[in-house]
Amino acid sequence: MTTLHLVNKSPFEKDAFDSCLRHALPGSAVLLIEDGIYGALRGTPPGDRLQQATAQQCYVLEADLQARGFGSEALVKDVQMVDYDGFVELAVAHDLVQSWL
Amino acid sequence: MKFALLVNEGPYQHQAADSAWHFACAALARGHGISRVFFYHDGVYNGTRLGVVPQDERHIPERWSALAEEHGVDLVICVAAAQRRGILDAAEGRRHGKGTDNLAEGFRIGGLGQLIESGIEADRLLVFGD
Repeated sequence: MTTLHLVNKSPFEKDAFDSCLRHALPGSAVLLIEDGIYGALRGTPPGDRLQQATAQQCYVLEADLQARGFGSEALVKDVQMVDYDGFVELAVAHDLVQSWL
Repeated sequence: MKFALLVNEGPYQHQAADSAWHFACAALARGHGISRVFFYHDGVYNGTRLGVVPQDERHIPERWSALAEEHGVDLVICVAAAQRRGILDAAEGRRHGKGTDNLAEGFRIGGLGQLIESGIEADRLLVFGD
């Protein structure tokens, strides 16, 4: 049983990002969408915490990253960008999709 | 694969309605099904047909209506959330003596039973909110 975790809140605003990282089991995936993308920025404390959380693979929704003025070069290492097609495929590939609202 | 979506926020205030719509379009384009989109809390505002949107801006309720028409997506508005917020279909408008209705094309009024049903019947239920 694997879970795709969706985080749509900035870690600078809400605790959802850190709660998610604390609770997500090894083998699960975390997809950062909307303001959640701020959790994956290099050189920030949340970005450092994300890099230390190696149990889960982390993804960022490209459209939401770009809409906020960032590109792939702003991301911490090992975070993958996906488009909406990738979002759909992640939802297919995991048994559950959990939104951290 | 059969997806169901839950939208808990209204249009234009939060990104949830946009994210849900983009996801639905991508899923349909990849050959998956969207069995139902359930609108709850302020999400019911996605179903008003009285919104007037600048011509160069996305019309969120009409985008949902188009999904219903082109792909048969079942758009269900929670009745209790809708009545509090003044979203009424013709029958509810008459029943409450309002003399009008404002539910957009392709939407219907339903209850939480439909949400539970989606959770059971769909392969995945995704929640979009704030």
